Amino acid sequence: MIKSVFGALALGMLLAATPAPAALKVLATSADWAALATELGGDKVDVYAATTAFQDVHRVDAKPSLVARARNADLIVATGAELEVGWLPVLLQESGNARVQPGSNGYFEAARQVRLLEVPASVDRSMGDIHPDGNPHLQLDPRNIATVARALSARLALLDAANAAFYVARGNDFQQRWQQAQLRWEKMAAPLKGVGVVVMHRDQSYLIQWLGLREIAAMEPKPGVPPSSSFLATLVSKLAQDPPKMILRNAYNDSKATDWLAERVHAPVVMLPFSVGGTAGARDLFGLFDDTLNRLLEPLK
Amino acid sequence: MNFLTIAAARTLVPLLLVMSSPVFADPLGDLRAELEALKASNALRIEQLEQRIAQLEASAATARSEPPTVAPAMPAAAVASSGPNAFNPALSLILAGTYRALSGDPADYRIAGFVPSGSEVGPGARGFNLGESELTIAANVDPYFFGAVTAAVSGDDSISVEEAFFRTAALTHGLTIKGGRFFSGLGYLNGVHAHAWDFVDQPLVYQALLGNQFAQDGAQLKWLAPTDLFVEFGLEAGSGRDYPGTTRSANGLNAASGFVHLGNDLGDSASWRSGLSLLRTNAENRGFQATDGAGVPVSNAFTGNTQTWVADFTLKWAPHGNPTERQLKLQGEYLRRTETGALTFDTDVRSLAGSYHSEQSGWYLQGVYQFRPRWRAGLRYDSLDSGDTRIAILPGGLLPGFAFPDLQNATPTRTSVMLDWNLSEFSRLRAQFAWDQARLNGTDHQLFLQYLFSLGAHGAHKF
Repeated sequence: MIKSVFGALALGMLLAATPAPAALKVLATSADWAALATELGGDKVDVYAATTAFQDVHRVDAKPSLVARARNADLIVATGAELEVGWLPVLLQESGNARVQPGSNGYFEAARQVRLLEVPASVDRSMGDIHPDGNPHLQLDPRNIATVARALSARLALLDAANAAFYVARGNDFQQRWQQAQLRWEKMAAPLKGVGVVVMHRDQSYLIQWLGLREIAAMEPKPGVPPSSSFLATLVSKLAQDPPKMILRNAYNDSKATDWLAERVHAPVVMLPFSVGGTAGARDLFGLFDDTLNRLLEPLK
Repeated sequence: MNFLTIAAARTLVPLLLVMSSPVFADPLGDLRAELEALKASNALRIEQLEQRIAQLEASAATARSEPPTVAPAMPAAAVASSGPNAFNPALSLILAGTYRALSGDPADYRIAGFVPSGSEVGPGARGFNLGESELTIAANVDPYFFGAVTAAVSGDDSISVEEAFFRTAALTHGLTIKGGRFFSGLGYLNGVHAHAWDFVDQPLVYQALLGNQFAQDGAQLKWLAPTDLFVEFGLEAGSGRDYPGTTRSANGLNAASGFVHLGNDLGDSASWRSGLSLLRTNAENRGFQATDGAGVPVSNAFTGNTQTWVADFTLKWAPHGNPTERQLKLQGEYLRRTETGALTFDTDVRSLAGSYHSEQSGWYLQGVYQFRPRWRAGLRYDSLDSGDTRIAILPGGLLPGFAFPDLQNATPTRTSVMLDWNLSEFSRLRAQFAWDQARLNGTDHQLFLQYLFSLGAHGAHKF
């Protein structure tokens, strides 16, 4: 009798201690990876974006709120290639969460899934703020999104095996919709081929390569190094020879520098969302590309 | 034409796979899949694939023609080199130097009303001075531990171990254990290395009550609560060899500290962290130099226990949380220390002993504003209150009241302004001016010009 009472009590405690099947907690370092995790995980995932499109993911603080999110995360989705090197290591070391340390299943890097552009043959800080693994701003090529999505779907299925079939089905659905969208975007973007543009920082490289745009110049002499007035003077005279159709800037960039150049080279500034949430149109990943293309096509009309 | 392209890809795939690393496997796998999908045909896509294949062919050709020692252009992560250097830890080095122009002689610098807290306290020597070159070596030990050492090579050719600790990496439930020598987690600035300070020197209250920074030789246990609000608890136990403690020949714990930190965001643009900490440690014959009532130098020693409370608050604001253009950092801390025990006056000659009790406190408040990219300006105000130190060998006892002129009640203050220029994430040039009223009388005008350079591994800083 006593035994069975104890048994019932123990069972009750066990039941109380076993949490209800909770959503997989995902901490994404950017709004894009957060959007992708939501596309692939639906209501089976609880996604938190560490940054917004109005922040430079390379320059954010290891905020206490983010440390708290890292502590509770089941999966961290990062870009990698040193983009988050100034703050993500602090989150990981302060988190007391072995599940999300690099090398664990709970740590995912998008840059590991795709081939990066602009991998330097050698690195030295005199070259500016370069990334030894290559250019980390890989989200602006939809082919990269598709590749990263495949790997992320597999990772979600691995971490949450009970819902594996759900992730596979949802992943396949996403790939199908994405492929259709990509064909549509590429048709839409045909007039952009060979169009000359000026960029601020070399973070549009993947978009430029995908669309066949022609990058005439960057407004930074070296990555992360602001231009001097003599550099800008040379740039203006260079652009007089080869006038760009537009000057690109991201939603999080200050508009002063691009406005200054636009006035001198008589080309419009095109503000791109760069990340999900950067503009009203870029509500999700599909919207990000729709809106980016609409904005790029505007000056050609 | 399409057939040719596919054939080219088919010969390329095995060639590249043999030639190099698994990195190529992925893109080419994708390429194959894409080609399959494209058999249905889409002119634009095929054109692009042709371009990509041409690029791959070109890079394959260059890779073939180059000697094998030249790394082909591919993600560095995939070219994990073998050999004894493959596991080399991350190295980073800080170069620092300061030029100082001081109106008061730094040799007789003293914070009035406070027992001197060590040699590193004060504005430092006049003229050009090499600062501490901080060398940090860090790496994962194995899947379970991380290890790091920071050695400071001083301008006077001495080397000191600032930190040398291991930290767990495989614990869950928000737990982290750290062991070795480390800056204690008390307060906000205590754990910050000199190169990351927003001013050339530490606030007066840190100098007076903690001898600049308190390091433990011991262990730290931290627990992060499973909430979205940042709530962190920490406990430390250690040797307490650092000021305000001393080295003791005791088996037990000499110093213990505990802290709780809270933090969160305020909307998109601001975040804060706040904390409360307590440090208890013991001193045994903690000697200090002073002058007696007749102006004769004497050595005194304190033995007893010391307890320090720290309350800290930090707020950072940037438009949309993007600190590229503008950022404001506001920070303040209040410290209060109680010391109870025995004091020996003039240990060399008279050796008079009596009881000692002091309650001393101080605070600072500072703001640093990045008003345009790469430029920051800062303002800091320091205030100390020495309180009335009760020493039983004074009135009614064996010595006249002026026997400890250095410990008379005083309220030192200091105001500092700072401007720094950060050409990149890795370099900082700074000018600072201070009106220092820490001495009993007169204002010390202090000008500092400082450089700070960071070499090697990209640092990651706490909030």
